[in-house]
Amino acid sequence: MTVQFTLRDQVYEVRAGMTVRHALLKLGIQPESVLPTLDGELITDDEILQDNQHIHLVAVISGGTISPKQVTFQ
Amino acid sequence: MKCRKCGGKAVINMRQHKLALCKEHFLIWLPEQTQRFIEKYHMFGYQDRILVAVSGGKDSLALWDILHHLGYQADGLYIGLGINQENGYSLKSQEFAEKFAIKNNLKLIVVDVAEIAGATIPDAAALTLRGKGKPCSICGLTKRHIMNRVAYQGQYDVLVTGHNLDDEAAALFGNTLNWAVGYLARQSPVLEEITGGLARKAKPFFRFYERETAAYALLQGIDYIYQECPHATGAKSIYYKEQLNQLEADRPGAKLSFYLSFLRAKESGLFAHQDPATQANLNSCQTCGQPTSAPEQCAFCRTWDRVRGRQTITA
Repeated sequence: MTVQFTLRDQVYEVRAGMTVRHALLKLGIQPESVLPTLDGELITDDEILQDNQHIHLVAVISGGTISPKQVTFQ
Repeated sequence: MKCRKCGGKAVINMRQHKLALCKEHFLIWLPEQTQRFIEKYHMFGYQDRILVAVSGGKDSLALWDILHHLGYQADGLYIGLGINQENGYSLKSQEFAEKFAIKNNLKLIVVDVAEIAGATIPDAAALTLRGKGKPCSICGLTKRHIMNRVAYQGQYDVLVTGHNLDDEAAALFGNTLNWAVGYLARQSPVLEEITGGLARKAKPFFRFYERETAAYALLQGIDYIYQECPHATGAKSIYYKEQLNQLEADRPGAKLSFYLSFLRAKESGLFAHQDPATQANLNSCQTCGQPTSAPEQCAFCRTWDRVRGRQTITA
C-alpha cells in the first residue's frame, strides 16, 4: 500500500490513502514549491493517493533546490 | 477538485484566489490576467517595441510565449554567461531559448559575455573580490548592464523580465530584513526610463506565483531548462522563498498580500525621495556612458576593467 514520489533525483515513499498535500507536508516538501503530476498530467493536491501510484513532482522554485526531509513510510 | 469555470477536472488550485481551473481554462486565465496587469500598471502598448530578457527558464519563455500570443512586438535577448564547467548549463539554456525562437518565428538577440567583456562569468568571478566564491553578484551586475545596453541601443521602448511574485516577495523580504531603503525605493513592477541611458523596465508576471508560471509552461508544452544554475544552490533568495512558502502554507495569500501591501505603502509615500537612481543623482560613466551613481566609472566598467587587468597579470 505505498505510493512513490520523485523530486529531481530523490525518491520518497508514503502510504496510500492520504491526499497529495498531506503526503507532501509529511515528507517536509512545501506544497507551494512543487507541481504534482500523475502519468504526465498535472493534478491538484487534494487527490487521494492510490496504491502503487507514482507521483512525479516538478520543482518550481527558480535559482536552486529545495531541501525536503529524508523521510519514508510516514 | 473541479474547475470553477466548467466543472471539469482541475489541474491547478490557486489557494490565494480560491480558484481551481482545468487545463483549458488555466491556459486562457493566465494570459488574460497578464494582459490585465500590463494595462493596469501601464507597462506598454501594442505599438511599443519590447525586449524580453530570456534565460531559457520557465518564467521568461512563458512570458515571451504569452506576449507573442497576445500580439505584442516582442524580441528576445539571451545572455551567454559561460557557466558550463559542470553540466553545460549556459549552453543548454541557450539551446532552449533558440529552439523556442525558431519554433515561434521570433527574433532572438544573443550576447556572449566572454566575447564582449573578455571572460566568462565563472572566470571573472574568480578574479574579483566581488565574485569570490559566489559569482551571483558579478553575474547580476553584468546581466543588468547588458540588458540595459541592448534595450537602449536597440531603441526598444521597454525591457521586460519574467520576475514572478515569488521573486519579488523574496527580494522584498531580503531588503526589508536589511532595511535597504534604496533598494526598497527602486523595487517596482515598472521602472521608468532615465534619460541618458537607462531603459524603461517592466515585469508583467509580478503578480503570479512561481507554480503558476511553471504550470503554464508545462501545460502549454514549452520546453524549458529544468536544471538550476549550479551557483544558485544555497542562494539567499531561495532561503527567503522557502520561508515565505512556509507562511503561505499556513496562510494562503500571504506572499501576495505582503507584496501588494508594500506597493500600496509606496504609493502613499513610504520611501518617497529615497531612490538613489533619480536623474539628479546620476552621472555618465566615463567609459561606457551609462548613467551611474558613482562619480567616475559605473560598477560594471570598474569590475570588468579589474578582471581584464588581473587576466593580464595571471597570463
